[in-house]
Amino acid sequence: MFRFIARRILQFIPVLFVIATVTFFMLRLAPGGPFDEDKKIPEEIVRKIEAHYGLDKPLWQQYLIQMKNLLKGDLGPSFKYPKHTVNELIAEAFPVSLQLGGLALLVAMALGITSGLIASLRPNTTSDYVPMAIAMLGICVPTFVTGPLLSNYFGLKLGWFNPGGWFFPEDRVLPALTLGFYYAAYISRLTRGGMLEILNQDYIRTARAKGASTSRVVLRHALKGGLLPVVSFLGPAVAGLLTGSFVVESIFNIPGLGRFFVISAFNRDYTMVLGTVLFYATLILVLNLIVDIVLVWLNPKLKFE
Amino acid sequence: MPFVSSSRIARACRFSFLLVLAALLFPLTSCSRRETRVEIGIREQILHVGNGTDPQDLDPHITTGEPEHKVMMALFEGLVTENPGDLKPNPGVAERWEISSDGTVYTFYLRTNSFWSNGDRVTAHDFVASFERMLTPALGAKYAAMLYPLKNGEAFNTGKITDFSEVGAKALDDFTLQLTLHSPTPYFLSLLMHNSWFPVHLPTIRKHGSVFDRANRWSLPENFVGNGAFRLAEWKINSHVRVVKNSNYWDAANVKLREIYFYPTENQDAEERAFRAGMLHIAKDVPQMKIEVYKKNRPEVFRAEPILSIYFYRINVTKPPLNDKRVRKALALAIDRDLIVRRVTRGGQLPALHFTPPGISGYAPRARISGGPDEARRLLAEAGFPEGKGFPPINILFNTHEGHKAIAEAIQQMWAKELGIPVTLRNEEWKVFLRTTEKLDYQIARAGWGGDYPDPNTFLELAVTDNGNNETGWSNAEYDRLIAEAARTANPEERMELFQRAEAILLDEVPFLPIYFYTRPTLVHTAVRNFLPNVLDLHQWKHVYLEEKK
Repeated sequence: MFRFIARRILQFIPVLFVIATVTFFMLRLAPGGPFDEDKKIPEEIVRKIEAHYGLDKPLWQQYLIQMKNLLKGDLGPSFKYPKHTVNELIAEAFPVSLQLGGLALLVAMALGITSGLIASLRPNTTSDYVPMAIAMLGICVPTFVTGPLLSNYFGLKLGWFNPGGWFFPEDRVLPALTLGFYYAAYISRLTRGGMLEILNQDYIRTARAKGASTSRVVLRHALKGGLLPVVSFLGPAVAGLLTGSFVVESIFNIPGLGRFFVISAFNRDYTMVLGTVLFYATLILVLNLIVDIVLVWLNPKLKFE
Repeated sequence: MPFVSSSRIARACRFSFLLVLAALLFPLTSCSRRETRVEIGIREQILHVGNGTDPQDLDPHITTGEPEHKVMMALFEGLVTENPGDLKPNPGVAERWEISSDGTVYTFYLRTNSFWSNGDRVTAHDFVASFERMLTPALGAKYAAMLYPLKNGEAFNTGKITDFSEVGAKALDDFTLQLTLHSPTPYFLSLLMHNSWFPVHLPTIRKHGSVFDRANRWSLPENFVGNGAFRLAEWKINSHVRVVKNSNYWDAANVKLREIYFYPTENQDAEERAFRAGMLHIAKDVPQMKIEVYKKNRPEVFRAEPILSIYFYRINVTKPPLNDKRVRKALALAIDRDLIVRRVTRGGQLPALHFTPPGISGYAPRARISGGPDEARRLLAEAGFPEGKGFPPINILFNTHEGHKAIAEAIQQMWAKELGIPVTLRNEEWKVFLRTTEKLDYQIARAGWGGDYPDPNTFLELAVTDNGNNETGWSNAEYDRLIAEAARTANPEERMELFQRAEAILLDEVPFLPIYFYTRPTLVHTAVRNFLPNVLDLHQWKHVYLEEKK
């Protein structure tokens, strides 16, 4: 198992290298630079600023410097926030996204797995159709619809929560629900599908024939296998959740990481884009590794080789 | 036969489902109505302001944006400050000033009781050192040109001279500052209110690295020193900036607010919800959909004052058919601006029939775009396209935005209907758009311009031949001469007359096609006092306070 993990971690290096290189050059190919503005700045001044950030050097030199800094874990200065480095900005915003994503994940798993289970126990009855219809709705209705709806209803109409902001513990509720519902819908459908498949397997019939109670059959024997599709889904989903959602963050005015992804690309904030992309990529790689480990643990048919 | 028939599991699942819901809704147990942030603020003199985009920096020599400027108006004080409402120069750090008869030498007498937030005295030397920092090429200050009226300011900033003593900024003694201009600049005192003229505390900056390093961290809350009515207490990226009353400020006795929170509000809907929920005293923007609702239901909190900003189209005059001024005029005449502001933008904007927005004292443009669709058709026929026959399709370029699209579509219709001209639309992402217009790789392009100071020059100088913001290829020797002469003219009436003549040329040649003058739809809680509307939407926070209507 340790050899497996070590080998996978070694594989990260070329993957991240390729991602960094492609991102670096794609950004430079995009028209417009970080210091283009509506009100034109004199050419000499733009050159001074570019020199400050080393953008006056030939592209290959910039690339080498960037790669060298990346090796040291230095993502560089942010062009948009001149007094902050990209490392600092990510360090400040990530805990916020982590909290939001973590809570949303809890919501998603709790709602998704329970409703999926309920649906799978009596397929093609009302207790299947109702949760699945809701799940379908959850998948179809995007967060930019549910967010403002929740914010308007619970925030303004009922006054239970602030309609936005990230100042008090209760400010986490509405955004976590908004984001969680969306993922819950997927998890619910995946749980149902996975469970239905497992419940028809021979070993479940054997367990029942041996007289195991239904709850024992479902929770002890079936659930482990039934959740396999959910676990595979969770790897990239968790990475997405933890690195923040631009939509949910702007609806609720949350100072998370998701905004940086989108806004830094608009700003041509080269270092920030590269920083967030690499951060996201690393998270996905690590989480996928964890998922693979969990899958082996859940599924006796798989081995670490 | 259903495979699992146990209702026990279903019940257990349902139970845990409810449990999760209950846990999530737990905070609601205290759902009696809480006191809102706005109400607490009124009691405690804490103002909550929606401030647009997130401030990038709070170093007055680095930033260029309006949200930054608004925060820095609390943190710094320049030589003169805006009088609330009419923006006339009021004494700031300078108690009084004298202007030489030829209008080129300004002598400022600084008050002796003005202090930095760390207790140091504010002196004339601080100002000279600040101007030197702003103009030093190595800093790369984007708005250095704001200081170009100073004698040799431009030469120093572009590296033609390297000795700052040749620049027209001298400290005659600790409290007397003499600024020499290269030509009379009648709006000079208004310029001084801009953050590029604010003083900074050089010893503090030096403590944190090179004075000319844009990344110098002196402007972070733990290091910050300013001379304004408030000092920086907290700055959380994408969350808020908090400033608290500065007890070292010379006029602290008259500052009533204890704290101000500035929130980034890039999402207008979220901002409006926050205002409705009692989280903001001031919401900087109102979503277009909500404007009518507020006008009708809550007029006491809704404002839509005109500001010094114009929405217009640039026309690339270098290529046919738009190199013919008759065609450009026909396009200008065929737009029904009333219809656009009433039906499309709907925020109380004013139809623009000239280029310099109204609201500048001493200047109301006489020239107008006058005539209607008939005149437009006549001009087009004269240019060789009767009823639009043979007119090649032209393209309107705009940066990606629903609002710009709606306006472009309306104009597309108007030109098709009135002139029979085929018009296509194209949108580009902002930075791409900027490059495209810069390279003159367009025919007609959407544009906007906000004045930096209340004077026609901030608008009319755009169209000067070598101005970086002209971007139309248009060049007119007489126009350039008039604007240059205005810059040398000290007599206000003569000067305004020169601008009148320049504007007449501009409207006759139409390199810029005016569409409407902006308003700033704003929501202001009724308890906010001394927050007077003005054309730059700038507010001296030291005068603002909170008091509930009796």
